[in-house]
Amino acid sequence: MAAETFTARVWALGDDIDTDIIMPTEYLALKSVEDMRPYAFSPLRPELAGQIRPGDVIVAGRNFGCGSSREQAPEVLKALGVRAVIAGSFARIFFRNAINNGLLLIECPGLRANVADGDEIAVEVGEAITCKGKTYPIAALSDNLLEIINAGGLVHAMRRRNGLE
Amino acid sequence: MGMTLAEKIIAAAAGEQTVRAGEIHTVELDLLMSNDGTTHLTIDMYNRLAHPRIADVEKLVWIVDHNMPSDSPKTAASQKKMRDFAREHGITFYEGQGVCHQLMMERHVRPGQLIFGADSHTCAYGALGAFGTGVGCTDYLYAMVTGHSWVMVPESLLFRLHGRLRPGVTARDLILTIIGRIGANGANYRAMEFTGEGLGTLTMSDRIAICNLCVEAGAKTALMEADQTALDYLAAHGRTPKAVYASDPDAVYAAAYDIDLGEIVPVVAKPHFVDQVAPAADCLGVPIDEAFLGSCNNGRIEDLRAAAAILDGRHVAERVRFLVVPASADVQRQAMEEGLTAIFLRAGAIVMNPNCSVCWGSCQGVIGAGETLISTGTRNFRGRAGHRDSFVYLASAETVTASAIAGEITTADRLPPREV
Amino acid sequence: MGATMIEKLIRRNTGSETACAGDIVTVSVDRVMIHDIFIPFVAEKFREMGFTRVWDPDKIVLIYDHLVPASQLDDSRHHRTGDAFAAEQGLTHVHRSDGICHQLMTEAGYVKPGDVVFGTDSHTTTYGCVGAFSSGIGYTEMAAILGTGELWVRIPETIRVVVEGRLPPHVTSKDLILRLIGDLGADGASYCALEFTGSCVEELSVASRMTMANMAVEAGAKCALFRPDGKTAAYCRMELGEAERALAPDEDAHYLRTVRYQAEDLVPVLACPSQVDNIRPVSELEGLPIDQVFLGSCTNGRLEDLMCAAEILKGGHVAPFVKLIVTPASRQVYLDALENGTMETLQQAGAIITHPGCGLCCGRTGGILTDGERVVATNNRNFLGRMGTSKVEIFLASPATAAASALAGKIMRAK
Repeated sequence: MAAETFTARVWALGDDIDTDIIMPTEYLALKSVEDMRPYAFSPLRPELAGQIRPGDVIVAGRNFGCGSSREQAPEVLKALGVRAVIAGSFARIFFRNAINNGLLLIECPGLRANVADGDEIAVEVGEAITCKGKTYPIAALSDNLLEIINAGGLVHAMRRRNGLE
Repeated sequence: MGMTLAEKIIAAAAGEQTVRAGEIHTVELDLLMSNDGTTHLTIDMYNRLAHPRIADVEKLVWIVDHNMPSDSPKTAASQKKMRDFAREHGITFYEGQGVCHQLMMERHVRPGQLIFGADSHTCAYGALGAFGTGVGCTDYLYAMVTGHSWVMVPESLLFRLHGRLRPGVTARDLILTIIGRIGANGANYRAMEFTGEGLGTLTMSDRIAICNLCVEAGAKTALMEADQTALDYLAAHGRTPKAVYASDPDAVYAAAYDIDLGEIVPVVAKPHFVDQVAPAADCLGVPIDEAFLGSCNNGRIEDLRAAAAILDGRHVAERVRFLVVPASADVQRQAMEEGLTAIFLRAGAIVMNPNCSVCWGSCQGVIGAGETLISTGTRNFRGRAGHRDSFVYLASAETVTASAIAGEITTADRLPPREV
Repeated sequence: MGATMIEKLIRRNTGSETACAGDIVTVSVDRVMIHDIFIPFVAEKFREMGFTRVWDPDKIVLIYDHLVPASQLDDSRHHRTGDAFAAEQGLTHVHRSDGICHQLMTEAGYVKPGDVVFGTDSHTTTYGCVGAFSSGIGYTEMAAILGTGELWVRIPETIRVVVEGRLPPHVTSKDLILRLIGDLGADGASYCALEFTGSCVEELSVASRMTMANMAVEAGAKCALFRPDGKTAAYCRMELGEAERALAPDEDAHYLRTVRYQAEDLVPVLACPSQVDNIRPVSELEGLPIDQVFLGSCTNGRLEDLMCAAEILKGGHVAPFVKLIVTPASRQVYLDALENGTMETLQQAGAIITHPGCGLCCGRTGGILTDGERVVATNNRNFLGRMGTSKVEIFLASPATAAASALAGKIMRAK
């Protein structure tokens, strides 16, 4: 498969962006992820959910998604149209949840220090990120994860397993 | 011409020899109770006054009970405003210690007093021969600042109670029956005065339940003469009367009713009005999702004892949430000491901290769309306990407990025998 | 080369004799836990995946704890969905108001040493206290497990934590785990297993171990493991049998790192706002006024925690204008604490005793705070906005520190 490439506008966040920031518990029992959209990141930056446009990326520091197992965290980012989350590192439950929902995650420790809100970056998935003339190499995902992503997420992988796709 | 109990208390508070129903008098208030339902609004208005002052801080009692513990930043902010103000001004302040009216009965109300409460069920204080009435926060603020207010002297309805309630029938059934008979506006602007030898058979807990619910017939207040039972309760709680009044034999009443307690049966108030009263026997089999034992109406130790006696050796129906909420910290302590709390827990009930809970419907047990609650609370208005498409039946502690066990409306005497 | 405890456990589960850290393996799941917030989502994904029957109804536990009783209008929908799913699939392990999921999973005997358990909650790491591999997952993966009974995992590297000696008075396993998280950092054990050992750990009750395993996820750990011993066997009401040897790590096992503590050196600490790894000694913050204290949660809502607080509060009273909210972790804990008088002591000291459940910890009800308020809490997270607005300061502490602070009305060590 040829490396997928795209350009995107950046929203820059810090280290340890936890799941309570991404989607506070108060709104977790709302009926749908669509209903939760306006509250994404509300404890930290209440205006952010309204500013993110489809295709934007989030660039954060270390340990993005630490905390709860709530899958609404990656789902709400998908619902907001976030193209990818690029972080120094990801907490493990968030990582699995994102993959299972087909949300692209990219580990790139060097990027955060050199970007700010509104910057434009170019991403070549599995290869490199380019921003303001500087290139940052990124790694490809492991095979078993690619398998889930290529199926379109875990739901589709299971449907395939059950002979429905 | 003689005076009713209500007239006597108002006359004293107005400094008059006699007052008559229909007159408007300026009165001095003895106590001013306010809870977290509206106190933050009162404070906001207070802070906008040109010359804010408190006439007599000793008369103020502020109680956080409605959203306890708080369920949102918004209620937390209201409570913080109340707490900070009470602390700054030295106002008597309770937080999490119980439902306001129960705390007032346990710790503050004295016979003969005239009391404003920023809560409609303030009429409960009539059980101790005090004139308690609910006011809005503007009236409350005026009284708080001046120490005075105006009242229109109400006409009174007299309820003469005869005989004795049969076993398994409660004061709650009695007052629901009365409300059903006179209607939700049957006592509008009026005082409901209870008397007769049947009253003497009722405990303080019974009397509080009766007076508390009178506002559901529209009453301005409810009153009972402070007899020995009342004075004993008062003494046991370390207080003395302000004054003990009895209505005069020739006092004038708008109407009088004779009630034979022996004829009362277990009843329920059906959705969505308190006066939609029917014998519980007519509602058997209505499936329930939640049962609530608590509130200023029926959360006292007597209610918990009655419920525990039915529940001991039995279990709450599998899918029913049975909320047991002591009306105050004292009730909670007693329930622990008497082993009632353990009975509730073993039977599968959810035992909560003293608070208004689902009776007020803002947190801690709200019901969802299509769900049915059977409750010892005060109101069954549409949406009162949660979703607007939900249903609330009001009943006694006994009937609520029996229904929690059966998973449908039933009465205690219809339960199958306990498993040994 | 020898094997760590997690390697041993996974070999036992998969039948592999060589599986080691870094390998991706498929494990057979012994038990799963789903709590009320996520039940509707799991059921929906399960159907979407095309499954009709769960792989084994006996291995599935549904627990209603976050939304009990309902504080918002739509909450009970979660319970109705759970009831319907249980009825459809023949699930019998449904707890509708018995307490917090993690407490119930061990207390009610759903987890045994050597088990592989997943839950739709990050603090599922708790069951490592009895030597189980347990970890939190999302609802999509949970739906896949319900259909298949298995899950892929990457066998984690292990950080060994050796604690020798005896904890000083009023220093608890909470102080120990907070100190460790502070030293490792919030992502210091990311993707790793934590394996606890040493004479101090051996002395700890299963309840105290539970506190530590519960919070391992706050350092990013995939799981935490305590080697099953006599205490574990007694707690689980079972004989350990072959599991005892089969789960014991080898002397020559390979660890990513070994961290050592001498228990006597430890002091009461706090996790300061708003990161769990922002650890400071209580002594440095003593005197800071507080508005509320929360004693409860799957971290510290057990009988020994309540007893520890009661001992400090006995005969005293919570400071004026301060609330002490006590939320027992389970119905059984509430009953036990009633039976031995702990509840009465707490009640008489002015505590507000709520029904068992997640309470304030999950931020939905049970004592939510507002701007400018400060709370000392025994639970596991102090994230921004976790218990109210972003301007609430949350300090995580042991039950001893929480009780002493409630008495004083300010942050205070137990003396």
